Amino acid sequence: MSLLEISDLHAGYGQMNILKGVNLSLEAGEIGVIVGPNGAGKSTTLKAIFGMLNITGGSIRFDGADITGIRSEQLADHRIAFVPQEHNVFPTLTVHENLEMGAYVRRDDFSAVMDHVYDIFPPLKDKRNQPAGELSGGQRQMVAFGRALMIEPKLILLDEPTAGLSPMFMSQIFDRVIAINRTGVTVAMVEQNAKQALAIAHKGFVLAGGLNSYTDTGQNLLNNPEVAASFLGG
Amino acid sequence: MNEIVFFINKGLVSGLIIGSIYALGAIGVTLIFGILRFAHFAHGDMMTLGAFVTLILSAALAALGVTLPVPLAFVAMFPAMVITAFIAIGLDRTFYKPLRQAGARPVVLVMASVGVTLMLQGLIRLFAGVRSRDMFIDAPKEIFRLPFPGASRPVIITEPQVLLIGFVIVAVIVLHWFLTRSRLGKAMRAVSDNPELARITGINTNHVVWATWIIGGALACAAGTMLSMDVTLKPDLSFNILLPIFAATIVGGIGQPYGAIAGGFLVGFCETLAVFNWSILLRPIKDQLWFEVPTSMALVPTEYKLMVPFLILIIVLIFRPTGIFKGRVLA
Repeated sequence: MSLLEISDLHAGYGQMNILKGVNLSLEAGEIGVIVGPNGAGKSTTLKAIFGMLNITGGSIRFDGADITGIRSEQLADHRIAFVPQEHNVFPTLTVHENLEMGAYVRRDDFSAVMDHVYDIFPPLKDKRNQPAGELSGGQRQMVAFGRALMIEPKLILLDEPTAGLSPMFMSQIFDRVIAINRTGVTVAMVEQNAKQALAIAHKGFVLAGGLNSYTDTGQNLLNNPEVAASFLGG
Repeated sequence: MNEIVFFINKGLVSGLIIGSIYALGAIGVTLIFGILRFAHFAHGDMMTLGAFVTLILSAALAALGVTLPVPLAFVAMFPAMVITAFIAIGLDRTFYKPLRQAGARPVVLVMASVGVTLMLQGLIRLFAGVRSRDMFIDAPKEIFRLPFPGASRPVIITEPQVLLIGFVIVAVIVLHWFLTRSRLGKAMRAVSDNPELARITGINTNHVVWATWIIGGALACAAGTMLSMDVTLKPDLSFNILLPIFAATIVGGIGQPYGAIAGGFLVGFCETLAVFNWSILLRPIKDQLWFEVPTSMALVPTEYKLMVPFLILIIVLIFRPTGIFKGRVLA
């Protein structure tokens, strides 16, 4: 059975549906990438998982449990972590405190995970006592990733992790996503940079108008001339 | 030298005392603003309410024949702080929480808190009347007269003033420890920074809201009690200092507890030094001066004391709208 199974999801703000039947399934250990034009419902799909939207139909199942319409506070208990596109750190808290907050729901000793995060993101170790708001955009992104990893998530949701970063940083971010995925974390990612993102994806979902247009492996989508013509800019 | 003693008594000690009271109140107001995103106008009356709880408890202690080396009111204040904290949570549950859950805008909560103010004032008058009361039930206020080298007059400080200064120092240290070392304290700062991210991270917002009201309520009770020990307890006592407390909150930077402390003392000292009669300090050197020293040389007449916090507020909002410590800008 799939780790994440979204079927025929209808959701939106108030009575207005933005998602009109999204289907998405991810096996444990996969990277899934959601691409599509602006307003297609990419970020909305992530927000729907997080209980930030009004779900009017369909279901979301995670790891055998129905999590449709769950409240955002409860996601950490299911070991689902979310990295928002912006405002993804606590600016006045130090880097170390940001990571501690990531582990807020944990009652056990999480020092090993903390060390692991500092190993993946060495620059954070030097800046551990600095407020996260004083870091550069790239370093804040590391703090956000690190914070998400603190619960040792089964699934990590990334909302446009490369938005606003320079192309040089972009490949670094994708490398990091692959590195996180190799440790056994399933990744669901929304991306504007569709080509690079699909290249690292096990599965790709092309959304348009709140519906799946294409669902296939990342490589097949990249090779599909129709997808390339309509969504990848030729 | 007597002039310097006069300055210490009327300027420094008074500023320190009223500044401490403002700081205690402003910490609560700023935390509530940071976490719950609204200006809590009923804070002054929570202070008065806390002082009345203390009065009732100390009357009960006196009736039981308890005698202690410190004023009974000071001892009764600690259980009263706990009771006021619970009352604060109760007020939140009854009046503010339903509005928050309905997604009300901050201004609606502000209006609700004005309503709570009126309600509390009415209730206090209904049960306690309007007369002023002495917090010293068992024994009169102790007054310490400290000799000052070279002066015939002593530096005067009363027992409640000493207790207040000691209490503020301890409270600030404990608060600092709580906000920077404890899990819940850090979670409070996290919610204040970014409530949405805090929820996603799994921080229990309810616990944070409770902690906010517990700290705000307990410190309001302490401030109300200490203020009424310094003067007398009146039903409208704390309502009158609500505006300087808001000024202190904004001057310090909204949502910044350390700013609230700094703002409290700044407003307190500015107020007392503005109404201080500076001619007394000039009197010893009046012969060397080219002008005649007037009998009264206060910057602001005492009746217009309330103007001072507003003046500070305007200056701060023009030149540094985020306050001394970078806080939120009022939208």
